[in-house]
Amino acid sequence: MIGDDRDPVDSALPEHRSAADQAADASDATADQAASEAADERKAASVRRAIRRELEPDEAPAAGASQPATAAPTKPEPAAVVQLEHVSLAFGDPVLEDVSITAREGQTIVIVGESGTGKSTTLKLILRLLRPDEGRVLVHGEDITNVAFDEALRIRQTMGMVFQGAALFDSLDVFENVAYPLREHTTLDEEEIAARVREKLQFVDLEPDKVERLLPAELSGGMRKRVGIARAMSNNAKLMLYDEPTSGLDPLTTGTITRLIMKLQRELGVTSVVVTHDIRSANRMASAIALLHDHRITFFGTPEEMAASDDPYIRDFLGGY
Amino acid sequence: MQRVLSCLVSGCWSSRPLASEPLSHSLDRLNELAKQKVHEVQNFSVLAWNAIRFIFARPFYLGDIVDQMDVIGVGSLGIVLLTGFFTGMVLALQMGNSLQTFGATLYVGRLVTASMIRELGPVLAGLTVAGRVGSGIAAEIGSMKVTEQIDALNTLGTDPIKKLVTPRLLAALLMLPVLTVIDDFVGIVGGNIVGTLIVGIPTGVYWRTVWAQIASDGFVFRYIPNDFVQGLAKPFIFGGIIALSGCYYGLATTGGTEGVGQSTTRTVVASSIAILIVDYFMTQLLLSVLP
Repeated sequence: MIGDDRDPVDSALPEHRSAADQAADASDATADQAASEAADERKAASVRRAIRRELEPDEAPAAGASQPATAAPTKPEPAAVVQLEHVSLAFGDPVLEDVSITAREGQTIVIVGESGTGKSTTLKLILRLLRPDEGRVLVHGEDITNVAFDEALRIRQTMGMVFQGAALFDSLDVFENVAYPLREHTTLDEEEIAARVREKLQFVDLEPDKVERLLPAELSGGMRKRVGIARAMSNNAKLMLYDEPTSGLDPLTTGTITRLIMKLQRELGVTSVVVTHDIRSANRMASAIALLHDHRITFFGTPEEMAASDDPYIRDFLGGY
Repeated sequence: MQRVLSCLVSGCWSSRPLASEPLSHSLDRLNELAKQKVHEVQNFSVLAWNAIRFIFARPFYLGDIVDQMDVIGVGSLGIVLLTGFFTGMVLALQMGNSLQTFGATLYVGRLVTASMIRELGPVLAGLTVAGRVGSGIAAEIGSMKVTEQIDALNTLGTDPIKKLVTPRLLAALLMLPVLTVIDDFVGIVGGNIVGTLIVGIPTGVYWRTVWAQIASDGFVFRYIPNDFVQGLAKPFIFGGIIALSGCYYGLATTGGTEGVGQSTTRTVVASSIAILIVDYFMTQLLLSVLP
């Protein structure tokens, strides 16, 4: 596994590259895609190093970690896009207890944990579909904990949500699904809507001419997920939330969706909060991983720190992979 | 009885010995059931209030309203024509048979008209639409609920009540009276055919008695027959009951495809019972209000 005597960042990257990219390489043969992935990884590694510095300002560097001399000069901290502050929620039984997570601009925060530990609930709190019993939820610096329903609808327009089953509207074709937020909340004319829809479909590697008149039932699982991402980003949302984006997909499609999430971060600077069971994808895309256990965040750090952790539960959790 | 009441007030049954536990459990269950029913009524009322409120609020979703009018109105036309036609025919047959004894077969037209316009037209249209459309609404919205499409609407900044419930409510409110008028007319035509061919009433006489019946109960605002007011007020309310029941049970769906099935069944049962009960009270109210 990952050697403890090496830089956790550098030592971890080849491991999950080799694991995940075996599948990815099979599907992506072109030089452009390879270059794009390399850029993804460089960017991810750079963000991880920044996060590690941010998370452990006072701790001594891990054995073999980059020396202070090689560290980048201190930059102003990116603005917090999502903040959960000491959030607790119970439906009779506790669902979340004293959970605090911050996602800063351009970061991809991945929430992992066993089923039923409140991962999806966290997304619902960010969307203000639920209200916490205690604590605060801030999005783009605005406290949304107690906003009214109409106000919550407005705030949600600034986010994009990708559902586990894509949740495309059955009765609408692909074009109309992606165009839905534009028709609802913008005054764009038909030409502009068509151009935006085609642009988003191309961004998620779908050919508009082939898919835009298909109904969701005619799409494969991976295509549905990609259309779901295109719909979520059609309003040019700067915050994307993903609920199990790779569940139920084959390894090749899982790689494609993971790269898509990274592409959104790299090319558009989108902040993402991803809930997943797929620790391999999490390792590739995460700026930081939050582990939910017993309704609490028991770990928050970079994928490398997670891999290097001696915590018995984390070892057990990762053992399955 | 007094002991049970005092226990209810003090909550003492929970600390009673084993012998009284079955009673306490039954009371607990009753309490829970009552709370659940009150909660359901509250949720239904909130849904109805919001759906009605949104009729007057932007955006209006005119395309969805027209689509739903097509589904509810045009889609139900066949079944309404069929039920109305055969109901009118069987009414004429039964009444012709009974009235022949008294030599009063000329009254067949009047009786068919009164029965169809006041009661059978609205109730039959209501029940058939409840079976066809109410279940369809519950199934569609229930499926959207279990496949997270309702959550998707919410996250895309759309109020699902405004987008899904209000257009269906408005379409049902508008289309049920139209379907009822068609149902009434076809029923009276069915009565005419049986009256002429089997009972032996000339067509001209039949239609004169139909008009005589419509005019006999007086008019509202000098021109609108009382029978029409009764016959059109009811389906308007029935339309609301059907659409709101379908949407309520659809939005309350849980438990996957099995839950969708349960929601459709509940919608048909609840809206059919509600239509029959409301019909009685509306009749009583309208009879006392109308001149």
